[in-house]
Order: sequence, then structure tokens, then C-alpha cells
Amino acid sequence: MKERIIFGYDPFVIPFTLGVIFILLYLGTGTVRILLSLKREEAINLLSSIFSVKIFKTFKDILFDVLLHIKIFKRNILLGYMHTSIAFGWFMLIFIGHIEVILYTPQRNGVIYYPVFFRYFVMETSQTLRGAFFFFLMDLFLLIVISGVALAIYKRFRSVRLGMKRTTRLKTGDKIALWSLWMIFPLRLLAESFTADISGGSFLTSTINNLLGRFAESTLYMDTIWWAYSCALALFLFALPFSRYMHIPTEILLIFLRNAGIKSTSSRDGFAESEIYSCSSCGICIDACPMSVSGNKSEYTSVYLLRKLRRRRQDSLFMAEQCLMCGKCVELCPVEIDSCRLKLLKKRENFPNKIFDYDYLGKREPVVESRANLEKKSKVLYYAGCMTHLTPQIYRSLFNIMDRAKIEYSFMDRDGSICCGRPLILSGGENAAKDLVEANSKIILSSNADILLLSCPICFKVFNENYNLKGVKVMHHSQYINLLIQEEKIKLKKGDFSVVYHDPCDLGRGSLVYTEPREVISAAAILKESSNLPNESICCGGSLASRRFTQSERDSVTLHSLEKLNVNNPQKLVTSCPLCLKSFAKLNKRETLDIAQLVENQMI
Amino acid sequence: MVDFGFKLSSSNRIDLDSCDSDLFLKLKAESGTIKQCIACGSCASSCSAANFTGVNFRKTILLIERGKNEEAKELIKGCMLCGKCTLVCPRGINTREIILSINQYYKKERF
Ligand code: SF4
Ligand code: SF4
Ligand code: SF4
Ligand code: SF4
Repeated sequence: MKERIIFGYDPFVIPFTLGVIFILLYLGTGTVRILLSLKREEAINLLSSIFSVKIFKTFKDILFDVLLHIKIFKRNILLGYMHTSIAFGWFMLIFIGHIEVILYTPQRNGVIYYPVFFRYFVMETSQTLRGAFFFFLMDLFLLIVISGVALAIYKRFRSVRLGMKRTTRLKTGDKIALWSLWMIFPLRLLAESFTADISGGSFLTSTINNLLGRFAESTLYMDTIWWAYSCALALFLFALPFSRYMHIPTEILLIFLRNAGIKSTSSRDGFAESEIYSCSSCGICIDACPMSVSGNKSEYTSVYLLRKLRRRRQDSLFMAEQCLMCGKCVELCPVEIDSCRLKLLKKRENFPNKIFDYDYLGKREPVVESRANLEKKSKVLYYAGCMTHLTPQIYRSLFNIMDRAKIEYSFMDRDGSICCGRPLILSGGENAAKDLVEANSKIILSSNADILLLSCPICFKVFNENYNLKGVKVMHHSQYINLLIQEEKIKLKKGDFSVVYHDPCDLGRGSLVYTEPREVISAAAILKESSNLPNESICCGGSLASRRFTQSERDSVTLHSLEKLNVNNPQKLVTSCPLCLKSFAKLNKRETLDIAQLVENQMI
Repeated sequence: MVDFGFKLSSSNRIDLDSCDSDLFLKLKAESGTIKQCIACGSCASSCSAANFTGVNFRKTILLIERGKNEEAKELIKGCMLCGKCTLVCPRGINTREIILSINQYYKKERF
């Protein structure tokens, strides 16, 4: 292998070289900016995660998420192949390019453009096995990338075939980057084919060179094509910061930061910035989102919100207020962007903290303490919460079950509850909610209970996450009933009817309670699965997180969720959330029950 | 003045043409549901905060319709945003949206 051009330079490399210098500077400043915004302890965590065994996990994550896109593969093989072939194929082209330079033209090590335009600058003197091997690899990966690009083009027109009902709308920057990306690889193929008779090639490039040679003089077009290839690369690199493809470099930074345990503290800057730029606009969250079923609401899905945040648009607040916070988009996002947290932070930054006023909760008047119905000091303290007070059938059933099991309990909020605070937190009022948290904590801790029993997953999540109730075990009634069955304090007869179980967002995805409710139901009836995996269950539409959803929009979400739940034609629908129960019972043509009601009916 | 043993109370009449309807119009433009209230009082009777203090959403809407915005804000500031009122409202009024908007209006940052 010999150099064809003595100085190793040709003017066509200029556009590409400029592009690379631009993007390196851009990424460098961006990374430094994000790193500088880290707090001291976050920076220390980052360093300690880099200089420890954790680094292997980081490398594994980078390999699996950035290059191989394993998570997308799991969703849809074709879609996964599309992402992997482009990302991994391109990476290998660059990587092998560098190896070629190191092996054959070591004097050009470190010349930015050399590995990319290697085939232009070298000339084959003799066939070597080594050369043939690398050329074969290069052609193979080029073929893989081109097949991915072909799929990507196909997806733009027929996305359903790749498992996606909707794809993301593109902005100008995205379009320029997209088109140049589509152009890069065919141009590279052509360019390398034109030079294949000089520099050598393999099954792909040599063949095309032969074919072309029949009707075109290769040297005539050679320079033009290499210029075009370099320009396409430059265009892509210059458009990169203004396009969704920023996710390629940013995701690497994101993985480093995330593995150091860093979380976002602002909706736009610092760590959040790396999350926002890591969104590949893959659009998986659009199909996942229950908002998409209601008219034009798919505009408010996470991908578009991230885009607005990226552009620092004020209407991102309005979009954040639409979200039902069901968490499904976060669950399915292949980049694991915690967009719900960003929405919360956005709302928090705009919350009218000063105006809400909870002084009445015991600060001035001791009225609250006496309201707690702690007539007897028992081990189990039941808190119904606001929602369960609207569905008293749930706690009535639960009390019957506990009576049968001879459990002593006291009812903390029989005469009305102080809200658990989660609806307020979901609206951005984390600070305001502190008063509610404090008031409730006081009552709970003064009761000396071992178990705080809840019926509402919304409360369950907040008592677990935002309260500091040392020594008190927080349980949802589905868990508690399961415990009673296991301890044989109650006995159930298995009914001969079929039921489907709906996982409430805050209990399933939110608190990872999936098995206990299913065990309880299996003991009481024939459990049928819905068309969704448990962690992909669809919001009932009642969510208190959305401030903007109107009643009719909520209804369309409910109907959509019901449709998915009822695919296997179950006789009844069981859920374990008072809000889900209320939403579903209104529109479901089948019987809708809470898990406590089901158990009460099947008790012997 | 002769003391008759009683006084004339001052007029409580509200002139709807000259009252401050700024907030009401903004709320109406924002979600529209506010004008559907039939003052049934379901929201107030189910209210969590009303167990402890005077929060009353029905009355809040009434006050805003009459331009008594300050009073409305004072009345609703103890709301815990629990959402019971949204669920019981027979007219499907987006109560929490309205409550937050009132507060945001007074925060004067954005509407
Ligand atoms: S948020 Fe996640 S799922 Fe949604 S488009 Fe971005 S990367 Fe894809
Ligand atoms: S949390 Fe749920 S409603 Fe909100 S954007 Fe994600 S999927 Fe949609
Ligand atoms: S429940 Fe609805 S309709 Fe009735 S007073 Fe309250 S807001 Fe108005
Ligand atoms: S949201 Fe506010 S006004 Fe409505 S019921 Fe709850 S505490 Fe009362």
C-alpha cells in the first residue's frame, strides 16, 4: 500500500476538515459548560464513578445504548436494525479507517481527514491478504450502513412497517442533517467505487467500479464525487448542533453523568441540558403516550416538549401542564430520559408558592390533631386520602376484610383528610406541599402505628418518596390483602369469572408494585392479561397531574385504555386505585371493581 | 342625626358593567369551562380543605364573576389542589386549572 498523493492533501478535504473542527469546538464548549454547572458533590461523584469499576458499566451502557441500540431492538427488530446499522456501521467505518491509517500510512497518524478519505490517498501496489481483509470489512460495513439508510428513507414514508404509527415532525435543522446523512453513504460508495481500480476495493466497490467503467471514465468524475462526499459530510457536521443528531455525541456524556447518579435540578440547564440534547426524536414516546389518542394532543408528548425546552420556549410550561405524568414515555424511552422530572421542574419554577397558604393546618389552631381518629392505638393506621373518600365502597370492603381477619386498625382521616400532597407536588408545588407533609407526618408518627395502610396509589407514592416516616411501613391495600392471604388470615374461593387487572400508573410504573395485586386476583378469579405489558399499562385518564385536560379529553383517554384492557374479553375489570375506579366505572360497560371489593366478594 | 336604633346598611349592589372582570375574562379565555358553573355547591361540600378552613370553590367562581378578585384569591388560597372538586363537578369544570390560574394571576408572572 503506497500513498498516491505525495503531500497527502487535496483541496476537497477542506469542507470536511472545517466541519470536524467546528463540531469538536462546539462539543468541547458544551461539555465544559455542563461539567462546570455541576455541584461540588456531583462532580466528586462523577470522578469517583469514572475511576472505579463503575466505568465498566458506563462503557457497557455506551456500547449497548449508543452503538447497538439494544432497547430499540427489543421494541421492533426492523427499527432496531435501522438504528444499529447506521450507528454501529458508521462507528466501525471510522474505527477501521483509523486502523488502516495506523497500519499502512503511519506517517499520517493524527491527520484528521486521512482515515475518512483513506481510499483517495492510497494506491494499491500489490494484493495483500491484510488489505483484502480490511477492504472487505469496509465494504461490508458500508453495505450495512446503506441498508440502514434505505430503511430510514422507507420509514419516512411507511413508518407502520417499522412498528410506529406516528413519526416525529422535523424542523429545518433536522431536515438538512437528515438529507445530508442520507447523502453521505451513497456518495461514499460512489467515491470509493470510482477510485477502486486505483486504491483497491472489495466485493462492493470493485464490482461497481467494473460496472461504471463500462460507460464512464472514472478519473473524469472522481474528483467531483469526492468533493461531493466531503461537502455532504461538512453539511452534516455543521447542521449537527441544530438537529436531533446531537443525541449521538450527547448521549455519551449523559451516560457518564447518569451513572454517577446525577439528577436534573433545573428544567433546562446543567444535567437537564444533556438529557434534552440526548433525545434522538425517535418518536417512540409519541405512540406510547395516552395523550396521542385525543385529537391534537400528541403535540404535547415528551419529544416535542424536549424540543421546546431545548429552544428555551416559554410555551414548554403549557405543554408540561398537559402531561398526565403517567410515566409511560419515560419507561419506554430508549435513552431513558426522565422527561417527567423535567416537566415537574418546569412547573416548579413557575409555581405561585407565595399565594397558597396552609397555616390553618395546625400551625395556628390545634384542630388537626383532634381530628385524627386515634381512639385506639392499633398497629394498622388506615389513611383513605381524598380520592378514596369519593369511593367509600373501597374502604368499606377493606374494613370488612380486616374485620374478618381480626385486625385492629384505626382510621386516620374518617372526618376528612389533609391531602397527602402529591396533587400539589405534581402541579409544581413541592414547597407548598411541605406543610401538608408535615401535618400528616405529625399525626402518623404520634399514632405509634407500625403499618400505614393506603388505598390510593397516589398517596402510596408520595408517602414512600416524600415523607420521612421512620419505623412505619407504608403499604398499599393490595399488598396488605396479599399478606393476609399468605398468612391465611382470610380465605378466598376462586370464582369462575374472568377479570383483567389494570395497573394504576403510580402503583405499577410509579412504585413497581406489579405482582401482589396479580397474586390476590389469581386467588379470587381467573386472571386475563390485557394487550399491554404490565409496565406499559395506559393511564385511566383521571390523572391529577394534568391541569389542562378537559373532561371530554379525559374520556377519550379512558376509552382508549378500556379498549386495550378489554381485548381478551374479560367479564370484569379490577383495579386498585380509587381514581382509576371512578374513571373506568363511568365508561366501562363491564363491571368495574376495586381489588378490595373483589376480595370481599370472594371471601369464605 | 336622629337615632332610630338601627342604621341603613351600605349598598351591596354590584355593578356588573363597571366591576373588574379582567380575571374572569382571562379565565374564560383560558379554559372556557368556568362559565358553565351552575353553583350547585358539590365542589364546596366535598372539599378536603373545607374540613379545616373556609375554602369554597363555588363561592370563588361567584366572586370572580362579580369582579371581587382579591376576595376570591383569599378564599381559595387554602386549597390543597386535591382534585376532589374536579371529580364531583357535574358540569365537568376543570376546577384545579382555574384555582392554579387564579394564583398564577396574582403571581403576575404569566397567565
Ligand atoms: S424522549 Fe425518548 S422516546 Fe421520546 S423521542 Fe426522545 S429519545 Fe425517543
Ligand atoms: S407521562 Fe404519560 S401522558 Fe405524559 S407525556 Fe409521558 S406518556 Fe404522555
Ligand atoms: S361542582 Fe361544578 S358546577 Fe357545582 S358549584 Fe362547583 S364548579 Fe360549579
Ligand atoms: S382541589 Fe382544592 S377546592 Fe377542590 S376539593 Fe381539593 S382542596 Fe377543595
